Amino acid sequence: MHRTLLCAMAFAVAWGTPLAARAQDPELSKLREEVRQLRQAYESRIQALEARLKETEAKAGKAEPSAAQAETAAAGTGTRPAGENAFNPAVSLILQGTLAGNSRDPGTYRISGFVPSGGEVAPPKRGFSLAESELNVSASVDPYFRGQLSAAFTPDNRVEVEEAYFQTLALGRGFTLKGGRFLSGIGYQNEIHQHAWDFQDASLVYKAFLGGRLNDDGLQLKWVAPTDLFVELGAELGRGRQFPGAEGNRNSVANAGSLFGHTGGDIGASMAWRAGLSYLRASPQDRGYGDLDSTGTGVNNTFSGKTRLWAVDGIFKWAPNGNSTQTNLKLQGEYFQRSEDGSLTYDTQAASLGTQSGSYSSRQSGWYLQGVYQFVPQWRVGYRYDRLGAGTTSIGQVSSGALSAADFPILGGYNAKRNTLMVDWSAGEFSRLRLQLARDYSRIGEPDNQILLQYIMSLGQHGAHRF
Amino acid sequence: MIQVKLVFAACLIAATLPASAALNVFACTPEWGSLASELGGDKVTVFNATNALQDPHRIEARPSLIARARSADLVVCTGAELEIGWLPLVLTQSGNSKIQAGQPGYMEASSYVELIEKPQRIDRSMGDVHAAGNPHIHLDPRNVAKVAAALSDRMAALDSAQSAYYRERARFFLQRWAAATAEWEKRAAPLKGVPLVVYHRNLSYLVRWLGMREVGNLEPKPGLPPTASYLVELLAQLQRDPPKAVVRSAYNDPRAAQWLAERAGIPSELVPFTVGGTERAKDLFGLFDDTIERLLGAVK
Ligand SMILES: [Zn+2]
Repeated sequence: MHRTLLCAMAFAVAWGTPLAARAQDPELSKLREEVRQLRQAYESRIQALEARLKETEAKAGKAEPSAAQAETAAAGTGTRPAGENAFNPAVSLILQGTLAGNSRDPGTYRISGFVPSGGEVAPPKRGFSLAESELNVSASVDPYFRGQLSAAFTPDNRVEVEEAYFQTLALGRGFTLKGGRFLSGIGYQNEIHQHAWDFQDASLVYKAFLGGRLNDDGLQLKWVAPTDLFVELGAELGRGRQFPGAEGNRNSVANAGSLFGHTGGDIGASMAWRAGLSYLRASPQDRGYGDLDSTGTGVNNTFSGKTRLWAVDGIFKWAPNGNSTQTNLKLQGEYFQRSEDGSLTYDTQAASLGTQSGSYSSRQSGWYLQGVYQFVPQWRVGYRYDRLGAGTTSIGQVSSGALSAADFPILGGYNAKRNTLMVDWSAGEFSRLRLQLARDYSRIGEPDNQILLQYIMSLGQHGAHRF
Repeated sequence: MIQVKLVFAACLIAATLPASAALNVFACTPEWGSLASELGGDKVTVFNATNALQDPHRIEARPSLIARARSADLVVCTGAELEIGWLPLVLTQSGNSKIQAGQPGYMEASSYVELIEKPQRIDRSMGDVHAAGNPHIHLDPRNVAKVAAALSDRMAALDSAQSAYYRERARFFLQRWAAATAEWEKRAAPLKGVPLVVYHRNLSYLVRWLGMREVGNLEPKPGLPPTASYLVELLAQLQRDPPKAVVRSAYNDPRAAQWLAERAGIPSELVPFTVGGTERAKDLFGLFDDTIERLLGAVK
């Protein structure tokens, strides 16, 4: 019976039914769940008391162990809460910084062939540079909700809310609802905080397609299947406040939405894997970017239309008997494919050849593959290969002859690639020092040799061992 | 479209699963899994999240663990922050309301025993210290008895239809356990006062129960791997109070222990640490039988 209901709900989610239509269901089941829990709590109390009484009676004759059980009976009801502190939120602080050298100016970094994503995608500044310091605060709100805040203090003295969300604990049946601002569940790397990445920077696909990472404001519903094989399905609705969306001023429920599914498991004791498929759709309105047109004038162009992104992700981990202390291996790869259709407005400020609009469509893709190997405790080496395919872009104003391709230089066909090597050392679980070398062909005709040293220090609450 | 297909596939899988009546127990470590089997018999299905060859401090929230937690009726873990790196993540991701902290389906064994080695000062300059006290409680059989009583209560409460069955099994187990404990104490009498070097402070309850003495740790600080310079220092320091053996758990790297044992001219001995750590440690009884036998063999 439940399964039928469950599947019906899952289908509704998968088809993207409006949220309002589904609102009653969780409401009802939450109430039902509350009543059930109350009843269960009382029942278990009485049962436990009865059982303990019998137990103590039964063992009254025996000397040592029964004394121990009497103690247990006295202390028995208490359960210390797991992990996070009872009432005080768990707090952690991450300190990061880099010492970097680049053969090209990071200040002019752009990925040729792709619409600039506007995110923080440039390599770290040359020389010493503080990176984002991250403050994490989390706790259970009550038996029904948990809350978390991740705030980043940027080196230029701003505070950014990376995540601030609530998450349900009591929906049950595999459902979890998240609301607020959160790292989207699409792909693999997106949900991982930057300080836990295996390389200092994001892969090129994340930089080009998601502006580094996707953390929209909205809602996420996730469901875990009641199977031994891990199967997780999720749907998100968001305001589309950042790339590939663009903040619109509309009353619509969602300017962006995504669907994702992940599956995974173990292969024996030594291997574990996870694979996923995600779909993101956004309707940006006047999503702007700057470029230099054929006259050498800086112009501002905007795109309005639809953007669709497909992502395939896979991760595989190996450690002898599943004990990662001595040695372990991690392989990770993701493939992104995006199509955009709509209209492109050239020179919105009429700074050069005058404002004009036309159709725009593009089909682009990219992927990366990386491996990280811990060869002795504390030491890891890693290699990453990045590749982007600029694919096909057709601009109406260019095909009609009104403008030339030279007026949109950043959209010119170019397949960026990058090779990255890293070695890092971790004293324990709380500090890490990293050396990273990269040869980055993101900019057409300008290979960039990058070297950096990075530190990551974690204070406070023990970090989560995310898979 | 593919998501829709995925949902459909998942529903098909779900529909073909038998609606199992047994209590699904998710045990964080093998000792609690083994205890749950002793107490629950064929009325429970036990899943062990980790094995004896894995360092319990370093587990990741693997997809398989989330999947198993999803269907669990009862989660039995050590608590005292032993599983802090992965369990909270598994619980929140599982979407299972029954096993969240504070619910009847969530049990921490360490809340039922007196923890030792509570740090005076909690500061990570001391290493990855266990702030609540030493969580490796299961190698004192008196602790196991306390946890058994509590676990049996919990099973009876969650599966009230079978409460008489659980009570009966608990009575039977505790009887056998009390007898075995007395027998182990008798057999281990020669271990009283014996000085040992251990790898991590995960044998403290065993050491205390049998009246042995811990005179050194291979870890310079909790959670940090042994270094050459520290081992040299330790070796020199041990001249004052020479240990009888270097003891490590099944999941520890043998090299540091062997290095020190060779230099100090004493045996290096492995103990199973938990169920499954050695051939003989098939269940909780075998775990203690084998541990004591190995220790006796090493210090002979
Ligand atoms: Zn420990």
